[in-house]
Amino acid sequence: MSSVPAASHAELARVVRQHAGQLAASLMHVTGDFATAEDLVQDAVLAALQHWPVEGIPHRPDAWLFTVARRRGLDVLRREDNYRAKLAQLQWPVQPDPDERLRLIFACCHPALPRQAQIALTLRVVCGLTTAQIARAFLVPETTVAQRITRAKRKITDAGIPYRIPADDELGARLTEVLGVIYLLFNEGYLSTAERAQSRDLVDDARWLASLLHQLMPTEPEVAGLLALIRLHRARAAARFDLDGGLVLLQQQDRSLWDRDAIAEAGRLLARAAKQQRPGPYQLQAAIVACHAEAERWQDTDWEQIVLLYDMLLHLAPSPVTRMHRAIAVRHLSGPQAAMTELDTLAGALDGYHLYHATRAELLRELGHPEQARAADRIALELTANPAEQAILQQRITWS
Amino acid sequence: MDVKYVLLFVDTEQFANDLQAMGPVERERAYERVGEWFADHAGQLRGGSKLRSPEAATTVRLDRGEPVVTDGPFVEGKEVVSGYAEIEVADLDEALRMVKTWPGCPVVEIRPVES
Repeated sequence: MSSVPAASHAELARVVRQHAGQLAASLMHVTGDFATAEDLVQDAVLAALQHWPVEGIPHRPDAWLFTVARRRGLDVLRREDNYRAKLAQLQWPVQPDPDERLRLIFACCHPALPRQAQIALTLRVVCGLTTAQIARAFLVPETTVAQRITRAKRKITDAGIPYRIPADDELGARLTEVLGVIYLLFNEGYLSTAERAQSRDLVDDARWLASLLHQLMPTEPEVAGLLALIRLHRARAAARFDLDGGLVLLQQQDRSLWDRDAIAEAGRLLARAAKQQRPGPYQLQAAIVACHAEAERWQDTDWEQIVLLYDMLLHLAPSPVTRMHRAIAVRHLSGPQAAMTELDTLAGALDGYHLYHATRAELLRELGHPEQARAADRIALELTANPAEQAILQQRITWS
Repeated sequence: MDVKYVLLFVDTEQFANDLQAMGPVERERAYERVGEWFADHAGQLRGGSKLRSPEAATTVRLDRGEPVVTDGPFVEGKEVVSGYAEIEVADLDEALRMVKTWPGCPVVEIRPVES
């Protein structure tokens, strides 16, 4: 596989992702057994990753995957006549009801499963990632991921986790769970740096999942909010790293590299969602990012609006990290002293968070305390494992 | 198609203290709410009981050669199983829906019964 150019890997990933979830949903519909359907899909995906780089992507990749899964299913289910008979009847093309995929997503993200298992299952079943790909993306051993999946599948069967779209009165909480999984994937991918550039692009998987969910639940404003948030970040991705793979802070980014069309489109998506008047944390976060993205230049940033949006966000989802970000916005609206006063109230809650110390360092520098600033930067440096952030902090300690 | 679960009701020290601190009327109302919950879910309930306090428990260990009999529950802790109920429902979501409205002790474990 190593001889295959990177573009082919991306193409493979895209095609597999396009069809794996569909296949899982169809198999689930036929066998009614989550663990079996999941195994068969994974087998088909592994076969595809083995054959396609050599033989090329087939004309009908979905039919190819289906054939492999069906053949494999007839083989492994030899002793289970019930499934076998159903599987034998299954003919191509199968057109799963769109709700099937939604059921699949809700089952993978059931709150009775631990978060890490929700993530691994969603990636494997809905996006068609292999265990090895998930392990590489999260920098954990493959056996750990395999164990999480095995345990989660056993729990789904043994605990009676249902395969269906939650009832109306539960939908809100359950959707929050699904969005939480997608958001975490997005974050994980967003924070990963050049070091992991060769591994799976999790931000793209998050974008794809959010977009699938938006397609399946077009009237849910928070789904649209999360999709807009991811699109806004992606639209500016080209400016986030310099040629050496170093992180470029927002203020220094070359805004001509931003995809203005994509930003405008995300803005429209957000505006449509806002019309429903059901604000939520993802819509608000996206709105904050939109304020940054829509500013022509750094000095055009509408800080007043941003502080207002942070206030709304804090009202819905209070968190010390959000308060810290609000303090940064306050710095641009009311100056470093006002920001420092707010930041000081977070000392206890965020003492172990590197960005808290890095933010303090910036404010201390502006307030004319370079020694204290360096000390704060040093604490931040010790607290982060991210090489791109380490580089920036090291530079600041040395040069300012 | 229905799945059987055992609900394990778990008391905490805090809960016991809160119950102690209540006046008689308030405590009566708390018991009533629990009674109502059982009545509301009579269709799913298959049995169960409140348990006497862990001080009344006796534990026997059989993995030490001879059976060893000791006083008290097998785990000493601030959270103790105070009762159980067997239910029969469609799936975990239905069990969750039931348990989320439980007005009694602050922790409930939902365990599927092996069939």
